[in-house]
Amino acid sequence: MLELRDIHKELGGRPVLAGVSLKVERGQTLVILGPSGAGKSVTLQHLVGLLRPDQGQVLVDGEDIHAAPPRERERLRNKFGMLFQSGALIAWMNVFDNVALPLYEKTRLGDAEIRAIVERRLQLVGLEGQGEKMPAELSGGMRKRAGLARAIVRDPAIILYDEPTSGLDPVLSRMIDQLIRDLQRELKVTSVVVTHDLQSAILVADQVAMLYEGRIVELAPPRQFLASGHPFVRRFIDAQFAAREFNHP
Amino acid sequence: MKVHEPEYWAPPANFLAAFGRAGLLKTRNAGRAVFLLLEACFWLPDVLARRREFVRQIIICGIKSLLVTSTVALFTGMILALQAGLVLKDYGQQVQVGTLVSQSMCREMGPFMTALILAASVGAAMAAELGTMTVSEEVAALQVMSINPVRFLVMPRLAAMILACPALTIFSNVVGILGGMLVADTQLGVSPQAYYDNAMLYLHNKEVYVGLLKALVFGVILTIVACHAGLSASNGAVGVGRATRQAVVTSFLLILVSGYVITRFFY
Repeated sequence: MLELRDIHKELGGRPVLAGVSLKVERGQTLVILGPSGAGKSVTLQHLVGLLRPDQGQVLVDGEDIHAAPPRERERLRNKFGMLFQSGALIAWMNVFDNVALPLYEKTRLGDAEIRAIVERRLQLVGLEGQGEKMPAELSGGMRKRAGLARAIVRDPAIILYDEPTSGLDPVLSRMIDQLIRDLQRELKVTSVVVTHDLQSAILVADQVAMLYEGRIVELAPPRQFLASGHPFVRRFIDAQFAAREFNHP
Repeated sequence: MKVHEPEYWAPPANFLAAFGRAGLLKTRNAGRAVFLLLEACFWLPDVLARRREFVRQIIICGIKSLLVTSTVALFTGMILALQAGLVLKDYGQQVQVGTLVSQSMCREMGPFMTALILAASVGAAMAAELGTMTVSEEVAALQVMSINPVRFLVMPRLAAMILACPALTIFSNVVGILGGMLVADTQLGVSPQAYYDNAMLYLHNKEVYVGLLKALVFGVILTIVACHAGLSASNGAVGVGRATRQAVVTSFLLILVSGYVITRFFY
């Protein structure tokens, strides 16, 4: 289980998070929606221990990741896999080496075992046979899928997705959404997805949260979320539907 | 490695405040660079576990820098021989040019020129590469995977430079002395045998070892400065550019200062 308790964070002299509290049950998918610059990615970075909160706690299975000593923090971090916005593949390594990296660095598995695991993961994200390609040769969608293969290669209990569909065309976006659903079903992972794509949120979420002005202003299952009466949530939902109606009158 | 979060500083109240803040930030960065060096040294025994990256860095630092280093060394030796030789010729002492070139190359010019070339080429590339990795979240991705960025990125570069810089310096010394020999033979009328004998006459082990010690120190300085600048980069492409420039300028200054200190200590 993953929990944020009253997280406060100031960055660049302005408060980004002003008392964020969230709880994600094991095996559930929480989607954090919000406008650009609302602090969604900052929330993810707190979850995985990349940023330290000015106030508050991040609990991973009941243990505070920021209060833990380095070795314990590393053990807690090993429960996470994270898909970064750009994929964050190491530029000088091919796709296979990128995906295999956590296995070579953090396990004692042999080459044959690693090869088998990596090939299974590449197949799962639809990149079978692409292992020899360099990151620069991949499209945006392929890079994200390769990043996802790396994020899940060690069977993490928790996967964090930072804007998994940003910069992708609608077809690829839905494919990534489907992949997130499939992973949750097949690997039984707990997921936290940060996005501003409402459609994607509705498709993958068990719970949807709206982050606005540093606070969670709405938290509900997708259907109830769409019926929310909060003024900003309504504006956000209406704006996305208006865009769709404009495209398909 | 400790994650350094983005910082915000209110505009300084006056010139004195700006000056004081700049001093404090420089001191803090120097402290962080020293800690980076200590941590990279701590991981050095793991170099074989990271041999692929180590070999890649040896190729970048050593083999790919060979041509430019040898060209600069050749002309440095030739210029030294020509400038000194023309003066010595007035006194009929042009045969002494061998000593002058070999001493200058081994004591100072070999390690100094090699380090400057490496700082401008390899150091700048390191800062830009690590800076790009930092701003594109690749370093953060390593941290999420519990892979220590210092062990993964800095240690192989440091190990490669510890080998490459002294090795390139030996090569520069030889090429520089040969360049001097070419000028001595063709323009000063000193035979290669006389030049060689004279060059070796006063070249003791100490000159070579102190030169190599300098090369080692310069290599460590330029690697740590470049890696620290790269890992501290922020604000996208502009930040990477700033980190690269800062790495080159700081390396140049530290190489000059440390070169003087080592010379003062041994001679």
